[in-house]
Amino acid sequence: MHAINAKAASVRFQGVTKVYGRDVVAVNQIDLEVAAGTLVTLLGPSGCGKTTTLRMIAGLEMATKGRILIGDRDVTALPATDRDVSMVFQSYALFPHMTVMENVSYGLKFSGFAKAETRERALAGLGLVGLDGYGGRLPSELSGGQQQRVAVARALVLEPQVLLFDEPLSNLDAKLRRQVREEIREIQQKLGLTVVYVTHDQEEALAVSDRIVVMRNAAIAQIGSPRDLYEAPADAFVADFIGEANLIGVEIIAVAGEIAEIAIAGYRHRLAARGLTPGPAQLAVRPSRLRLVRGADGDGVAAEVAKATYVGNRMEYTLVAPFGTLFAVSDDVVTPYRPGEAVTISFAASGPVLIPAG
Amino acid sequence: MLIFWIIAGWVGLALLPWYGVEDFLTFSWLAEGWPLDPDLAPAAVLVAKGEKLWLAPLLLALAAPLMVLGRAKSDPVHARILIAAGGFGFAWLVAQGLGIGLRGFTAPWLEALFGPLGERQFGMGYGALLTASAFLFLFTQGIAARGAVGGDVFVAGAIGGVIAVVAIFVFFPIARMLMAAFVSDEGRLSIGVFAAKVTDGRIWGLGCLSGGRCGAAWNSLGLAVLVGVLTTALGLAFALVLTRSGFRHKRSLRALTVLPIITPPFVIGLAIILLFGLSGAVTTGVADILGIRPTRWVYGLPGVLIAQVLAFTPIAFLVLIGVVEGVSPSMEEAAQTLRASRWQTFRTVSLPLMRPGLANAFLLGFIESMADFGNPLVLGGNFDVLSTEIFFAIVGAQYDQSRAAILAMVLLGFTLGAFYLQRFWLGRKSYTTVTGKGDAGVHPAMPKGLAVPVHVVVALWSAFTLVIYGMILYGSVVRLWGVDNSLTLKHYVTAFSLAWGEGGLRWTGSAWDSFWTTMLIASAAAPLTAAIGLITAYLLTRQDFAGKKSFEFGTMLSFAIPGTVIGVAYIMAFNVPPIEITGTGLILVISFIFRNMPVGVRAGIASMSQLDRSLDESSLTLGANSWQTFRAVILPLLRPAILAALVYSFVRAMTAISAVIFLVSARYDMATSYIIGRVENNDYGLAIAYSTALIFVMLAAVGLLQLLVGRTRIGRRTSFGQGH
Repeated sequence: MHAINAKAASVRFQGVTKVYGRDVVAVNQIDLEVAAGTLVTLLGPSGCGKTTTLRMIAGLEMATKGRILIGDRDVTALPATDRDVSMVFQSYALFPHMTVMENVSYGLKFSGFAKAETRERALAGLGLVGLDGYGGRLPSELSGGQQQRVAVARALVLEPQVLLFDEPLSNLDAKLRRQVREEIREIQQKLGLTVVYVTHDQEEALAVSDRIVVMRNAAIAQIGSPRDLYEAPADAFVADFIGEANLIGVEIIAVAGEIAEIAIAGYRHRLAARGLTPGPAQLAVRPSRLRLVRGADGDGVAAEVAKATYVGNRMEYTLVAPFGTLFAVSDDVVTPYRPGEAVTISFAASGPVLIPAG
Repeated sequence: MLIFWIIAGWVGLALLPWYGVEDFLTFSWLAEGWPLDPDLAPAAVLVAKGEKLWLAPLLLALAAPLMVLGRAKSDPVHARILIAAGGFGFAWLVAQGLGIGLRGFTAPWLEALFGPLGERQFGMGYGALLTASAFLFLFTQGIAARGAVGGDVFVAGAIGGVIAVVAIFVFFPIARMLMAAFVSDEGRLSIGVFAAKVTDGRIWGLGCLSGGRCGAAWNSLGLAVLVGVLTTALGLAFALVLTRSGFRHKRSLRALTVLPIITPPFVIGLAIILLFGLSGAVTTGVADILGIRPTRWVYGLPGVLIAQVLAFTPIAFLVLIGVVEGVSPSMEEAAQTLRASRWQTFRTVSLPLMRPGLANAFLLGFIESMADFGNPLVLGGNFDVLSTEIFFAIVGAQYDQSRAAILAMVLLGFTLGAFYLQRFWLGRKSYTTVTGKGDAGVHPAMPKGLAVPVHVVVALWSAFTLVIYGMILYGSVVRLWGVDNSLTLKHYVTAFSLAWGEGGLRWTGSAWDSFWTTMLIASAAAPLTAAIGLITAYLLTRQDFAGKKSFEFGTMLSFAIPGTVIGVAYIMAFNVPPIEITGTGLILVISFIFRNMPVGVRAGIASMSQLDRSLDESSLTLGANSWQTFRAVILPLLRPAILAALVYSFVRAMTAISAVIFLVSARYDMATSYIIGRVENNDYGLAIAYSTALIFVMLAAVGLLQLLVGRTRIGRRTSFGQGH
């Protein structure tokens, strides 16, 4: 049986711009590097240019300006056919008139493999996604999850330099989504594939990625590992987009070395300055990093519980503080706070970060 | 590809006869003095002998691409050389062809500039054709190498090829013809003459509102709108019965709807006269019952309308069946689960999703009616329409070329108006319903309130069609209609007798010659028409390139022009060099291709707009190039459209009359023109017998094509079994 190997290559964008028509800028001056053998996610709200970026890697859109390299090869002007890249589509794009086997063999047929080897590779691909024995079926005879796997197998068997995923899980149910995304990650790591993955679901991005590229308004907002982005967002947009964050307006009173002292409604707190100088700034705090103490007279900021929701493994609270409403979660489901109750808020030692003022 | 076209260019330039040679394909010219005889010599030999020196620059233009061979495709010099060499070569070839003709220079100013030319040249031949193609495709490869249309050589070549052939075989003859609109009786160019003729009361009169006669323009417009609406409605009714009801005899219904297109138009007109004419069976019967005198009521609008609706409903049906089948059942199922009743589902989901099909069907009916010539000729009476007016302007005693040209322009205005209205109505909404996901739903049945009237209409219309065909069949075995009603087979014997004589089988029947010519030309034209039509549809729906709108307009143009105009334009344009093909079979094939190509284009567009783009894109990212994608993914999913295009173009090539009547020659006589000849000799029996035979031949051909093309299994379940 044929084993699928990776010929993984890096992807580089150098000052790439894509303009539709006369003046619709879909992607603006992007520099990007995807290292070989890693899974990089393009994350952002719809219309941010992430799909256009992906399609430019595939060769389905041509860059208006800039250079695109796959490995050491300049592919800027190459059409999709001539690039060693394959793609899994949001709609799967399985050819409805071909069987599963024919779909998976499709690309191999055009890559000049002999019949026997085409078959062997296709079978190996189907095996890899756990669809042995489904070769004779038509796509319409498969469930959504199975169709998705056929699409993955079809792209995988070509051993592409780069494998692209365009929101591959958006048509699956939640449970299946988790399962398929783990399978994708597993296959990627096992075969050492270079994968570029587009999604608008931050949890999905955090779960599968080596690195995440957060995009906003046709440009890159921040690039980093999932932990970097979550724990040290560059700005309010990233902080809020990756895992909800409470954004609190604060005043930096003093900076001593790496440590800043901030004031929030009279309460003082010390944390990493991250290069900021005294003056107004914002504090991004994840809901899980707010510490709550019963009563209004603790060490911190007094607030009132406006809403309390039991979601099984934790409690979710909406709090009203002098500077606005906050969203907090607590693992204590045994003695929850009740709406109307007074609490004191303080911040966990790690987690809250300073970001520049809006 | 590059090397192929460079070699092809040199073969055309240095090996094949440059000018037209009779019976090229028998290769007898090899023994008749090639390569030195001036009539048979290749261009390179002519230039070497010092003759026809204006061909010399072509040698240089074709030498330039040789420099490209060592260079990488991404090298900008590569693209520049190909564009320059291909562009110059093609332009020079066209310029010398137009500038130098049978009597030296063709225009006075050329003679004034260069002095009189001693030599002359004839129409271009296969050498020139091959060289021209080579220049064209070298040029498009250069464009693609520069990054146009995503650097895709196939797409660039296809666009270039379609533009070139449409320019040569649609725009060029039409331009020559329209030039005639500005020529006064004395042969001078004049705007005044044009203005006077364009506002003629015989075109624009509104006398019918006050009991008189209306101008041909209004007649044509009213008729075309009626025909468009009625054929679309009837076509939809048939399509609905076939796809969304439990009707048992779908196959026979399908065959019945196909019958009228495989019928020469003349014959339906004739049958209608036999039924509703002054002494027609129905007219006299009704008159007897009511005790009134029979009238000539059918001549005019009613007769033409009935005949055209009979003739064109099947076209609407063929367009609509693909679309009606193509509406994704899950959309309809989704609507039903959203608490829409079956009627609401139909009205709010199914019908709107059929809009592209409805609009296309209407457009085809409208244009067909505008361009139809046979039915108004037979049944029109005093009801003048543009197409017959054009015919009479040219063949009649008036022989007024400029009037014909002006009428053609008016007609063109109407058809283009309809074209733009259609685009406006379709708007920018998406009608994509076949996505890359397998679709496992079933079409719901029609709502009751709709099913009953639809079935009634379909039943009545089917019955009517059967009666018409009964009349035709009966007419072919009657000795002399209305005089001697005894039965006979003598018409068939006269036309199609065979005899065993010396040298085996002899085709002694009088119709065999024209019959075999027709078969040959129709089977040559059909696949070419389907191919060029579908490639054009693919370019229009799947590729973006500059000038796409004008491209679409250009490819649809020939359809909007009546056959009579095409016939006259072809004769005027292709009777003299550079393209001298009048009197050959080739001109018939070409006229059929460009007359019928728009049907392939529209059918292809309607089906292709329901295929999700991600299907092509995934094929491209899987390493197939755009040609392989077209072949392996798009074509199989387009089988209904291919069948429609093949059937339609084959059948039209066998039944068309309007353009043919100008283009046939003694050697290449077509069945329809032969039949018209019989009718003119009052030999109705033979004419109808021949037509009947044609109908059966075409039935067989349609069945055969259906078998050949087959059906694509995309795994949709169907709630209505195959008649058990």
